[in-house]
Amino acid sequence: MTHIILSIGLTFLSLFIKLKFEVNVMEILTGTWRVKVGLAQMLKGGVIMDVTSAEQARIAEEAGAVAVMALERVPADIRAQGGVARMADPSKIKEIMRAVSIPVMAKCRIGHFVEAQILEALGVDFIDESEVLTPADESHHIDKHRFTVPFVCGARDLGEALRRIAEGAAMIRTKGEAGTGNVVEAVRHMRLIMDEIRKLTILPKEELVAEAKRLGAPYELVRWVAEHGRLPVPNFAAGGIATPADAALMMQLGAEAVFVGSGIFKSEDPYARAKAIVDAVTYYDNPKILAQISEGLGEPMPGIDIRKLEDKDLLATRGW
Amino acid sequence: MALQGDFQEHLSTLGRLGVEAFPVKDEEGISKVNALVIPGGESTTMGILLTRWGLREIIRERAREGMPILGTCAGMVLLAKQVENIEQPLLGLMNITVRRNAFGRQRDSFECELDIKGLEGPPFKAVFIRAPVITVAAPPVEVLAKIDDKIVLAKEGNLLACAFHPELTEDTRIYRLFLGL
Repeated sequence: MTHIILSIGLTFLSLFIKLKFEVNVMEILTGTWRVKVGLAQMLKGGVIMDVTSAEQARIAEEAGAVAVMALERVPADIRAQGGVARMADPSKIKEIMRAVSIPVMAKCRIGHFVEAQILEALGVDFIDESEVLTPADESHHIDKHRFTVPFVCGARDLGEALRRIAEGAAMIRTKGEAGTGNVVEAVRHMRLIMDEIRKLTILPKEELVAEAKRLGAPYELVRWVAEHGRLPVPNFAAGGIATPADAALMMQLGAEAVFVGSGIFKSEDPYARAKAIVDAVTYYDNPKILAQISEGLGEPMPGIDIRKLEDKDLLATRGW
Repeated sequence: MALQGDFQEHLSTLGRLGVEAFPVKDEEGISKVNALVIPGGESTTMGILLTRWGLREIIRERAREGMPILGTCAGMVLLAKQVENIEQPLLGLMNITVRRNAFGRQRDSFECELDIKGLEGPPFKAVFIRAPVITVAAPPVEVLAKIDDKIVLAKEGNLLACAFHPELTEDTRIYRLFLGL
């Protein structure tokens, strides 16, 4: 008898626990496409700044950066020093993560998925699979769908952008030519991407397959862009942006936010310049404000004429 | 409010609801609107821009006059009187204390189904991105949704603070709540 009572009691208890459990447990989905692209959407209208120390990261945050890119060397120094450029030392990245409350990004080499695994394990908020570092794979990029953390990738044209999105990039940026202080390549890439998007929106449907072939991009993504007139992920500008006017130029050309690499901490007065570029991205369509904030910022970083660079020194041609 | 963040997503949702919506980023714009959405984005960036461009006072004044404000994510942080552990410029309009990045870093960002007080129909599909939560809500703040002990939706008079992003999903019920304020 006691056995029966006990077993009935236990059945009720387990049923109660089960019910209670089912009511309380909420299904939590991390690393979804919406959550990855969502963070990129939150960074729109902002400036992401390259920093190489906790102190620089704090200056960037105080100036109004929406995120920082944690690096050991800015692209201008990578360019000057040559050799193989790799992912930053984890202690450097951790130092910067501790210093600020805004998102922290870090770069891994193209195709180097183990560097990406390490960056994810460190807890960085966005990974830049970047042509600024020396590529680790000359045929393949990282399968970015396999990660919980979102990725940003560079592109020079629409085909390249859509190939990266197919691999799982949640944000696209122009490649520009990093570390030159010369915006001409970023302008070229943004104009080309926007032109190719506009072209897709007016092509007759039957021409989209051939256009997908020409672009070297998946048909499904080509059709999506043709229907929506934009990329399926945010489209940012990067590479050679050095002044508030450069930043506003990229915004007027269709960029949704701006990365500034060497342009801030290689200039005479980083804080003043950082602040002015943040203002310029918000008020990119107001020349009066742009005139006011461009005043007295000190010397910008020294620029490089890209026509004087040899082919082997071009970073934008890395990536496939 | 179009200083930074995903205001375009808010504009398109409001447009779908038939509301006349436009981006505002100066005093003239803010003094014209009947209601204001403070979007998701980086609260430090928006707070710095609000202070630097002298928009803080006009928003505070309009809020005191009764203008409805919906703050999502960064917008919720800006509405708060206080942020735990971090010094940053705020609007300080609601009797709430928030904790930023309360669920962790981006790898901990998530989607889930949320029960919301006063909302008819199925649970709300909520998207949390490096989201803040309300840790202290003093009266007359009304708590509308929680995850465990973390408050993620709250109302105080004409102000609605939301830790997640209704602008990233199709469900427009949070906007109806806002438009009814």
